[in-house]
Amino acid sequence: MLEIEIDGKKLTVPQGSTVMDAAHSVGTYIPHFCYHKKLSIAANCRMCLVEVEKAPKPLPACATPVTDGMKVHTHSDMAKKAQAGVMEFLLINHPLDCPICDQGGECQLQDLAVGYGNSASRYQEEKRVVVGKDMGPLVSAEEMSRCIHCTRCVRFTEEIGGFQEIGMANRSEFSEILPFLGKTVDSEISGNVIDLCPVGALTSKPFRYSTRAWELSRRKSVSPHDGLGANLIVQVKGNQVMRVLPLENEDINECWIADRDRFSYEGLNSAERLQKPMIKHDGKWHEADWQTALEYVVKGLNGVSRDHGKDAIGVLASPHSTTEELFMVQKLARSFGVNNVDYRLRRSDFRADAAQQGALWLGSSIVELASAKSVLVVGSTQRQEQPLLASRLRQAVKKGSELNVIHVADDALLTKLNAKLIVSPQALVNALAQVLKAVVAIKSGESAIDLAAVTVSADAQRIADSLCGAETASVVLGNVAQHHPAFSELLSLAQEIARLSGARFGVLAEAANSVGAELVGAVPTRGVFGAAVSAGLNAQQMIAEPRKAYVLLNTEVEFDSYNPQAAVAAMKSAETVIALTAFKAEGLLDYADVLLPIAPFSETAGSFVNMEGRLQTFNGVVRPQGEARPAWKVLRVLGNMLGLSGFEYTSVEEVRAEWQGKGEIAPSLNNVLASVSANVQPAASALVRVGEVPLYQADAICRRASSLQATRAAAVPVAHAAQSVLDAAGVQSGAVVVLKQGEGQVRVALEADAALPAGVVRLATAHPTTIVLGGMFDPIEIKQG
Amino acid sequence: MLSAQSLALIDREVAKYPADQKRSAVMGALRIALEERRSTGETPEARCLNQEVIEFVANYLEIPPVAAYEVATFYNMYDMKPVGKYKITVCTNLPCALSGGVNAAEYISGKLGIAIGETSTDGMYTLLEGECMGACGDAPVLLVNNHSMCSFMTPEAIDKKLAELK
Repeated sequence: MLEIEIDGKKLTVPQGSTVMDAAHSVGTYIPHFCYHKKLSIAANCRMCLVEVEKAPKPLPACATPVTDGMKVHTHSDMAKKAQAGVMEFLLINHPLDCPICDQGGECQLQDLAVGYGNSASRYQEEKRVVVGKDMGPLVSAEEMSRCIHCTRCVRFTEEIGGFQEIGMANRSEFSEILPFLGKTVDSEISGNVIDLCPVGALTSKPFRYSTRAWELSRRKSVSPHDGLGANLIVQVKGNQVMRVLPLENEDINECWIADRDRFSYEGLNSAERLQKPMIKHDGKWHEADWQTALEYVVKGLNGVSRDHGKDAIGVLASPHSTTEELFMVQKLARSFGVNNVDYRLRRSDFRADAAQQGALWLGSSIVELASAKSVLVVGSTQRQEQPLLASRLRQAVKKGSELNVIHVADDALLTKLNAKLIVSPQALVNALAQVLKAVVAIKSGESAIDLAAVTVSADAQRIADSLCGAETASVVLGNVAQHHPAFSELLSLAQEIARLSGARFGVLAEAANSVGAELVGAVPTRGVFGAAVSAGLNAQQMIAEPRKAYVLLNTEVEFDSYNPQAAVAAMKSAETVIALTAFKAEGLLDYADVLLPIAPFSETAGSFVNMEGRLQTFNGVVRPQGEARPAWKVLRVLGNMLGLSGFEYTSVEEVRAEWQGKGEIAPSLNNVLASVSANVQPAASALVRVGEVPLYQADAICRRASSLQATRAAAVPVAHAAQSVLDAAGVQSGAVVVLKQGEGQVRVALEADAALPAGVVRLATAHPTTIVLGGMFDPIEIKQG
Repeated sequence: MLSAQSLALIDREVAKYPADQKRSAVMGALRIALEERRSTGETPEARCLNQEVIEFVANYLEIPPVAAYEVATFYNMYDMKPVGKYKITVCTNLPCALSGGVNAAEYISGKLGIAIGETSTDGMYTLLEGECMGACGDAPVLLVNNHSMCSFMTPEAIDKKLAELK
């Protein structure tokens, strides 16, 4: 520990601290631009100059390590003069366009110029002019003359984003911040450079010129897009969400948010929002009032249950719904006598249900995962599923963690991998079994799974060595593993590996509230907190054995299902489809019979349980649009109208109190299966599809965010396959082919991709151009175009 | 994009650094790439570094293209603008200027009919001002094509040199 005195305040700081760290720890503010606690030290703005006794010149606080007995003055004459001098230089070339600058009112340069600058400039000469740059549809770099060259954006893309997409070209007064010529900034977390930019050089393209920072009110919320549950500040003006910023939470999102969290708000204000209840009569849609629509729903449900029995009704809910909505929907269904409730629309393997003993979750906190010395990620398109978690693992690798990957494609994770096994979906179970077999050998343990047929490859051995050798280790299953037709086997194997190696294991929750949905019993086999229920059909069975009526909560089955082809067919064959939705979706208009407008997360109070089992509550930030109502209220009124008891809630807090009163979250999280089993032989080698959900198709809101949809990540998907697949099909890379699954087929370009294993065609699911196809990991045929 | 010979030279540069620090070879690699383009380029545009070459070098070294671009634009001996077959850089810093460096530049300018910073219309010569080349005792000095240093460049010596550069 070192002793230091800052402005007369004595304190001790650990070895290696900088003067800036020390000053922050006692609440002394030192002005700065280039310094950022999460980025490397650049010391190029010079704004943080302070006087250090015995040093002849002022020193930059951000880059000066504390030495024992150091005496620092941040407000002495020397320090003030140095800071004022730096400010004068920074303002020499900075345009005086604050009145038309989007950053005005929340600009660090503006603020510090008031504190440290002069009221007039002595500079008489011409100011430099820098032409604007094109960084893509999210980040605007139109006014680069404003740039003060702090290089925060450059360091962010390199250090946090993992790939330097922005650079500083030229030198001295010709320096310019730019992306590589002709390239845009495509990082999935690129929007953070807008927050980092201390001036108005990088601004938000969708937001700019729409309002002034001081006209906005700040409301806390939680991201509904992925299982991380990033904390948000939603900024609101005149009952409209204008922009979304991160709310710092070191345990979850640090000070970042992904572009999906930041720019999805455009979807909330989209023209596709459903404003009034709608009923289909003779193939035509008519607006209706709530009373008529609800009576229609009640009549429909009663009719189907009278004619075909309660079992003829299926309830499919989106895990992007709030915990209260999911609780209400399962309560409504079960009170009415319907046991077919499920949120797992994209799941294709439900064999683990019987052995499951609790809600599936991450198996540790996010911080614990990121600090584990060895991590094995199985079947995860990490950068699409949880962009911030991928970034966090990247930071972990820099700090010495070993990252291992078993996946169906060799995606660029922009970090160093300890070992990887890239296999086709059909060999995924075998790959994980190899690791288990190696772990069994290392630990001289025994496994209940028969591993005789498994041959351990060198990479599997490396993974096992890494897991067993590390002090703390984690095995996590990503979305690909969870949607995989052998999920239960993968979970069994992960459980065995974890048991023998002492690692933690869990799943990377797919959606904002997957864990919440598990907890409140939005599954056919378990009730609230695992209470026993009479089992119903799961999502797959409800589609495979079509029901006569479906209730869809926040769900568009063509985008949200494992097999959109079968799901849409099931919807079309039903007598009635009742959709509670925030959007007038094309698919719903086609197969639904009544649309009830519900409020998205920004317009209702609720809660999400993130992947680490953390309950995060939030309030609505604006009033519901049009006649939309919070789904819990709609479900409550439906309960009343169906004559069910226990639906007398007057507030969302009452709903929350009821489900919370039935159990505790922490003890209900449990990944351990009562019995494990896996067939470790690779399946027959048919050509199979790898159909992941694209980054900006994950949920109903981001699908309608126009700026996100203009990014390269949201481009119309093309198919990819290994060269051997192309050769076998006799097509050239880039040729248009017909891909066929079941009755559906699409014409797409097929490109060679060395990152894919043999026997695989990769084509994204959940995209309007591919929804006619079948299962995400099912066989697929290539035909000449 | 680059010849096998150039790639072999780049590999030699890469081999000077640890395997996980290929980035360190970026200056050498850009120099080699530029040298190949200068010696084989037919037009001024083909003799300088361009986006494709920089991206190629970056990919070859497995670094982000913009990182290589930063380096290429930072150092002024990497030609980013079209350049003549002979790039003549005359030192005009103080010691050279006192010994006739400015005169040398003006003399060449008059002789070739191009101003400092320009390329002759036939694409043969580019005349540039340079900073100290560390040979003040030999003033005035000039540099031909980055690599060949010419000392004591009196008007006679310049005439002789230009006669060689045809």
